[in-house]
Amino acid sequence: MSFSEQLSTLFAKYNVIDAFWTNVQLTFWAAIGAFVLGSILALMRISPVPSLRAAGTAYVHLVRNTPLTILMTLAILGVWTQFQLSLSSNFETNFFLYAIIVLAIYHAAFVCEAIRSGVNTVPTGQAEAARAIGLGFMPTARYVIFPQALRGSITPLGNTLIALAKNTTVATVASVAEASGMMKSMIEFNSDLVFMIFFVFAMGFVVIVVPIGLLTTWASRKLAVKR
Amino acid sequence: MNRKVTTSSSVLFDVPGPKAVARTRLFNILSVFAILALLGYIGYVMHRQGQLEADKWTSLFSGNLWANYILPGLWNTLKAALISVVTSVAFGVFFGMARLSPLAPVRWFGTIVVEFFRAVPVLIMMIFFWLFLGKFSVFSPQQLPFIAVVLGLTLYNGSVIAELLRSGVHQLPKGQGEAGLAIGLTPWKVLTSILMPQAMTAMMPSLLSQFVVILKDTALGYIISYPEVLASARRFGSGEGNILQMLLLAALLFIVINFALTLLAERLSKFMSSRSNVEIKHADGVPGEVDDPRPKTEMMFKIPKA
Repeated sequence: MSFSEQLSTLFAKYNVIDAFWTNVQLTFWAAIGAFVLGSILALMRISPVPSLRAAGTAYVHLVRNTPLTILMTLAILGVWTQFQLSLSSNFETNFFLYAIIVLAIYHAAFVCEAIRSGVNTVPTGQAEAARAIGLGFMPTARYVIFPQALRGSITPLGNTLIALAKNTTVATVASVAEASGMMKSMIEFNSDLVFMIFFVFAMGFVVIVVPIGLLTTWASRKLAVKR
Repeated sequence: MNRKVTTSSSVLFDVPGPKAVARTRLFNILSVFAILALLGYIGYVMHRQGQLEADKWTSLFSGNLWANYILPGLWNTLKAALISVVTSVAFGVFFGMARLSPLAPVRWFGTIVVEFFRAVPVLIMMIFFWLFLGKFSVFSPQQLPFIAVVLGLTLYNGSVIAELLRSGVHQLPKGQGEAGLAIGLTPWKVLTSILMPQAMTAMMPSLLSQFVVILKDTALGYIISYPEVLASARRFGSGEGNILQMLLLAALLFIVINFALTLLAERLSKFMSSRSNVEIKHADGVPGEVDDPRPKTEMMFKIPKA
């Protein structure tokens, strides 16, 4: 069998596109979850209430310093098997949802820090002006600080999204059928094509990650607040 | 760009008056109750499932656990992390300089290598090396996962460090490179003895937070059967029936070590700011990804064409 024949039978047998589609879906839903949770955490960390600030800080430090692999294992072997907490009656959907939740929880800490670093780019005069016209904490945050802070945090947010897209491979710990697990079984059964298989999967991630990077660079320049 | 940057806590609120103090105190009490209620609920659920029973926790302090599981696992974790730190820095310095080279083909090669390894997930690389090197009988099967972990971590983190150094060099004042050329140094000498040392200083805090990433990512070795601390915690937990407690212990170990490293990075950045003229880049945002540098001094050490 020639090399190209081997390749075509290999890719007819394994649905690589499907596996990558799972990674894209994980990225999409976890990104939404991480953004919502991360914004709440950022709001907590810049609020005047000491206990909320402490809780936000504790969350960020605890989650950011724990490896994602441990969080994923904790969710499956710790929460799922020990507490019998099922998120769906369907086995596959259950693990898929677990993976999304863990990815969202983990990356929310980074989203929070990204937004906070964006808040730091807003000059004090903006908040002072908002208070001078009589806005309280929430209106100041919502109408004056956050819109500018978000524009300033596009680059770190984009970096977080890239990290998230790559980290979806860790969902293999939660036995989600995604790209890294498929690559492993493909190489195990076709070890003579190991380079080709690695190259295909690596390029798959390049195709996902590079456009996100280009898009966020473009957006951060386009939406930059002129000061 | 030397605008005064305020800390986020002072941006949103002034010195509060008596009314605001009272309101903040009320919110504070309410949120303390909310946080306690949440923690209490988690405790209640754990109690209901029998996770709080003493025998599930006492083995955390047993000599058997630490001597035969946790310490050997932790040693493997630290071994992989320390070796990867050394190889990543070497890789990063090499490819960082390649990306700054006056020779265009060398620059292109550096760019392709660095961008490729930054885009590919570390786990994909680890699985590849693990299975690929297993085809040859160069390494013993016990060594394979270790080699794969170190290779995967080196290629990714080395590429990030290369980018860090490049952006560090680009953020230096233009005069540094020009002065070097003016006193007759070759572009290579300017890069190695003037620009790189200063870039290293400026990027030291970011470099240290990259070491946190390396330490954390050694846990990926668990997936390719490297006997690191997560694997040993799991092994002990499945035997004793307290897997949840063991995984929490493994997480705690990482948190403590990483927290110490982060503190060191902050101290170092303060210390170095007071000692050096170089603007120290504070490590914030997302470790593992480098902010897009706005080059002040693109290719400044290239000899201008007459």
